[in-house]
Amino acid sequence: MNAVTTPATARELTTYVLRLADTSLVLAQRLSAWIGHGPAIEEDLGCANISLDLLGQARLLYAYAGELEGAGRTEDDFAYLREECDFLNATMAELPNGDFGQTIVRQCLLDLWRLELFEQLTQSTDMRLAQIAAKAVKEIRYHGRYSSGWLVRLGDGTDESHQRVATALVMLWPYVAEWFAEDALEQALAERGVVPSVAAVQAGFEARLAPILRAATLTRPSNVDYRWFGKRAQHSEHLSHLLAELQSLHRAHPGAQW
Amino acid sequence: MWAVLRTVPDPEIPVLSLLDLGVIREVSVQGRHVVVGITPTYSGCPATAVIKSDVAAALQLAGYVAQVHDVLSPPWSSAWITLEGCEKLRAYGIAPPEFPVGRVAALLEEAVAPACPRCASRQTELLSEFGSTPCKALHRCCACQEPFDRFKCL
Repeated sequence: MNAVTTPATARELTTYVLRLADTSLVLAQRLSAWIGHGPAIEEDLGCANISLDLLGQARLLYAYAGELEGAGRTEDDFAYLREECDFLNATMAELPNGDFGQTIVRQCLLDLWRLELFEQLTQSTDMRLAQIAAKAVKEIRYHGRYSSGWLVRLGDGTDESHQRVATALVMLWPYVAEWFAEDALEQALAERGVVPSVAAVQAGFEARLAPILRAATLTRPSNVDYRWFGKRAQHSEHLSHLLAELQSLHRAHPGAQW
Repeated sequence: MWAVLRTVPDPEIPVLSLLDLGVIREVSVQGRHVVVGITPTYSGCPATAVIKSDVAAALQLAGYVAQVHDVLSPPWSSAWITLEGCEKLRAYGIAPPEFPVGRVAALLEEAVAPACPRCASRQTELLSEFGSTPCKALHRCCACQEPFDRFKCL
């Protein structure tokens, strides 16, 4: 039923769940910055709605991390009272929005990765994680329809729109490598069937991405050797600025409520 | 008990009761003590908290001691909206989700066009994948020219 049998497993799973939660929260925060600034009201709505779903997913994951940790930390404690060096999100989620094209490329890459990852997580031997994944995957699939539809329109659009998303793809591609650089924690959890193997997720991601890039007349950039490791709390310079904004109200008025 | 729950409307789409929406997943009654399990439609739907407090308040008003909790699994599906609920949605101007919803269109695949809730024409087009609430998308009828909300298939 439940994969958590030893304190070591509980610690590893807590870390893993926080990686998922932080990626959802940070990306939600980035997307919400489009509210009132989208190129059209439909895109305002699109970014806002995806952001809201991601926030909901983050809350489910933080609540579970808190239970696993057993130290009484709540969703708010995880979101508002941790420092940059505690956040474990994938680096790509924290990168700036850029223009709408750059936001769409970032979103499409993250959607396709998360779609594959969460689909495979529905088979987790940890029942709670499998349940959260089953809920989230339905939402992520819808997000992927939106972002891949836009990527195709922009890539296969005007010279200008093609150029912008092609440039963004080259800029963002190095951050994909982190997702598929398996570390000891992921390996240990994968061996117990708690999380999928990174190789299986990568294969699924590439298979989903190829037809979309083809339709968008974009070329998959070649891999680079450098690895970012946001999931091990080694972040770009952008995360601290994002957190400063995200956390400022709660830090100025601890426990503030609507 | 059920009579009470039937009177609690969805806070965003008040023509639907929570029973029509299919979010009430468990009810157990022991004397005046009621435990109700509710599943969210979307993870981040802000209406979920309101729904829970509305249910608790309605049951308390009817003399029950109510306890409301979340049910995560199985995840909510638009297929759980009752047939009566679908008719109410159509009459209210919202295209209900189509059945069956089991088969999900691939990422780049064109989804089936919904029927206009006003004139029933299938000559409709998607305006926006996202609408005024997490559960709806915005479409337009090419026959009668009216825009309309559509319940997303989930």
